[in-house]
Amino acid sequence: MIMAATAVSESLGSIIGPENVITDTEWLRAYRLRTSTPKLVLRPGSEREIVEIVRFAAAEKLSLVPAGARSKLAMNIPVHAHDIALDMTRLDRVVAYDADDLTLSVQPGLPLSRLAGILGERGQFLPLAVAFENRASVGGTIASGMDSPLRQLYGTARDYVLGMEFVTGDGQLVKSGGRVVKNVSGYDLHKLMIGSFGSLGVITRINFRTFPATGSMRGFVSSAHSALEVAGMRQRIAQSPLRPLTIEMADPTAVELLWGNTIRSAANGNWALLVTFAGSEKVLGRYEREVRHLAGSHEMELLDEKKAAAALSRVREFAPLALESSAQTVIVKMSVLPSRLAPQLDEAARVCQGYELRWAALARGIGVIYFALLPSAQDEETRDRVNRALCELFEATEGRGGNFTVPWCPEEWNADVFRRKTTRNDLEQMRKIKRVFDPNGVFACGVDIP
Amino acid sequence: MKTKSLRELTDLLGKEGVLYQPEDLLLYEYDGSVERARPDCVVFPRSTDDVVRIVRLAKQDRVALVGRGAGTGLSGGALAREGGIVVSFARMNRILEIDVENQRARVEPGVVNADLSLSVADSGLHFAPDPSSQKACTIGGNVAENSGGPHTLAYGVTTNHVLGLQVVLPSSEILQLGSAPVDPPGLDLTGVFVGSEGTFGLVTEITLRLTPLPEAVSTLLAVYDSVDDATETVAEITSCGITPAACEMMDGWTLRAVEDYVHAGFPVDAAAVLLIDVDGLREVVEEEAQAVADLCAAHQARSVRLARDASERDLLWKGRKNAFGAAGRVSPSYYTQDGVIPRTKLPATLRRIEEIGRKYKLAIGNVFHAGDGNLHPIILFDQRDNQQFRDAVRAADEIIEFCIAAGGSITGEHGVGMEKDRLMPLLFSEADLDLMKRVRGVFNPDNLLNPGKIFPTSKGCGEIYVRAQPILARPSG
Repeated sequence: MIMAATAVSESLGSIIGPENVITDTEWLRAYRLRTSTPKLVLRPGSEREIVEIVRFAAAEKLSLVPAGARSKLAMNIPVHAHDIALDMTRLDRVVAYDADDLTLSVQPGLPLSRLAGILGERGQFLPLAVAFENRASVGGTIASGMDSPLRQLYGTARDYVLGMEFVTGDGQLVKSGGRVVKNVSGYDLHKLMIGSFGSLGVITRINFRTFPATGSMRGFVSSAHSALEVAGMRQRIAQSPLRPLTIEMADPTAVELLWGNTIRSAANGNWALLVTFAGSEKVLGRYEREVRHLAGSHEMELLDEKKAAAALSRVREFAPLALESSAQTVIVKMSVLPSRLAPQLDEAARVCQGYELRWAALARGIGVIYFALLPSAQDEETRDRVNRALCELFEATEGRGGNFTVPWCPEEWNADVFRRKTTRNDLEQMRKIKRVFDPNGVFACGVDIP
Repeated sequence: MKTKSLRELTDLLGKEGVLYQPEDLLLYEYDGSVERARPDCVVFPRSTDDVVRIVRLAKQDRVALVGRGAGTGLSGGALAREGGIVVSFARMNRILEIDVENQRARVEPGVVNADLSLSVADSGLHFAPDPSSQKACTIGGNVAENSGGPHTLAYGVTTNHVLGLQVVLPSSEILQLGSAPVDPPGLDLTGVFVGSEGTFGLVTEITLRLTPLPEAVSTLLAVYDSVDDATETVAEITSCGITPAACEMMDGWTLRAVEDYVHAGFPVDAAAVLLIDVDGLREVVEEEAQAVADLCAAHQARSVRLARDASERDLLWKGRKNAFGAAGRVSPSYYTQDGVIPRTKLPATLRRIEEIGRKYKLAIGNVFHAGDGNLHPIILFDQRDNQQFRDAVRAADEIIEFCIAAGGSITGEHGVGMEKDRLMPLLFSEADLDLMKRVRGVFNPDNLLNPGKIFPTSKGCGEIYVRAQPILARPSG
């Protein structure tokens, strides 16, 4: 910071109004990201103000991090010390909603829950059933690249974000894509913004394709003794003509964490498979017959709409639930080919057993595993065991063509080791992209793999 | 191009791997658009290593490189606008791996789109993007242009099905982007690479997601006496929350041209038809087909016919996919546009296209992906009449300007290429275009790959440019 702190506050206050510059220490702590606490929080009210703030920050060599509802500040985001937290919650408008066209344009600070209400009034929704849904903002959800169990049927934000506007590190307001459902004009730069944690720019508008609400929903829970058995059921469903909304697998600890005793058939110390479907009564009848057949001799319980929705909302919140269950929770995300789900889960279990670590796993049918290590102590020896387990898991995943990241770990733990170890050869291009979007290094988050 | 360079290329690829005689290059002056540009030579690599060596030679001599699949593109993307080497992937056409269990395929870029679907059909799978040219176009070309097709309404365009790429950069570095498992860490380089129109790198391998074939499909043909009724039906289907697998519209002029050519049983006295596919579980198809038929009837469809069997369905779709070929039979030349509009603006847009046709005294047929608002007006003209040609370009520009004013885009699936580069400033600001150019610079810093594409050249925006020799355009998406 070149200017004195008070001069900076005054200059920024003249851009966004002094009431939107926060310097109170207590407040600043609420914006702490990993080990960095900002010196200022700014609450801009327009795109123009964001442009001016970024230009000011570039000129004064200040670094900043955009923040939404702050629900994911505990994530293992690659960040260096930052001066400013840019609180985007004043930009919370629906800019355009063409319900008849199933398209939507919103500002990033809009809470997901409020958006769900607006879409629900027109019988529509966005398949962003993500963790922290009741607190999260739309912008934070997209910037963090959070996935949803509904990706089984609807894909990820990459598939239904139509375009974006954002402010780059040189203070330019730019756009990519558009607001129509089909568009190949220019490069899809907005795809780079999804999951980039604000490292490339400040998102100021997001255009979505919306979806008609599904018909009635039902859930089916089946349990089995092993990952292999539930993965087998998953495979049979995936290869049938059925089109499930979600397919999720949980190990016994995750079952306990997610549902306790609320789902009878899952409360038996077994692995569980939760599958949900939507449609008319006739269609749901067909699903029920087919799933019973595909489950074979495994026990199966039918969940009505209310129970299925409740079960799914807990699945959505797996990460926060795992984080709550231990002060030292580390959540690893491993993506593998669907046929490798069971061997990967078995391997991860074996590693944890070797290091005497408690764990819980939730796996999406498309091949994503959220694997939570739940150490019971905070001492050096425990941390060492966790680190060694993580290294083995990393080798077991990347060595077999899978992807490995550590989206959550205690802030004082150094999970950088995996960033350095990765064998991917596209990291240098990512760093070059970062320099193009942010030539002055204004944005404190990096593009290194978390 | 230097003789030495040609000799080195021939040494590398053999005589059969390089074309440079003028008569051999004629074919490569064209793609499916109205543009033309002659390359200095055409090379036919057989492997990624060949591509790396070609790139090294081109870099050393600072010669432009342009990737080419089957040359069916509709925006001049595969043409060597500034000369140089066209890299044809015709001989890199192997399906490297099919993983039925995980619904994945790994292919070389020269694999023909329909061939991949045919090769996995027995396993109950297909590659969902289905451009009208799918029997000829290649998957490498689909990746470059982010191609669509009628059934992308429900299944998404190419980018939604590409999981990973192997690419050769102009630096000759081989890069692996994405992965067969989902969610590769870091920035979505695969996502930004798809649709970059060959300006980032040469794709040498593609990892794709395959999609299960639906259990049931119903094809409906709704016949209308009024274009407005047809377009209002489409808007109503969308707003009612039904997403057909495909929803295509053909107007009366197109119907007559198609029927004369394909004999698919289209009513030649109708003002428009909608060709609608619904697919999925049998029970879902029954319900949705009935709901769609009811909506068509509510919007004064004269008749709604359900294809009786697969052969009738195939015949109707053959008619739709050959609409552009049919246009070629009845007019010396035609010019196709690819604008996109919000679907609710279809009725007003079709009326505006009719007005524009009257203004320039040009016949304009309409066949398009109505369900996603992607228009393909076919402007008919005589290439021997320069005034008609100029009017055709003006008419096309006015249609595109209307699309932009309606909140749409200049291209839905054909790409910008060298056809619409001058229109880009109508959609994007200088800052937007500058950032795009700088991202291109990350991969292609010296602009050796496909130069003269996407970004406006020195021609001013909206300037009418007259091509030296307009030619007949080919089938659209």
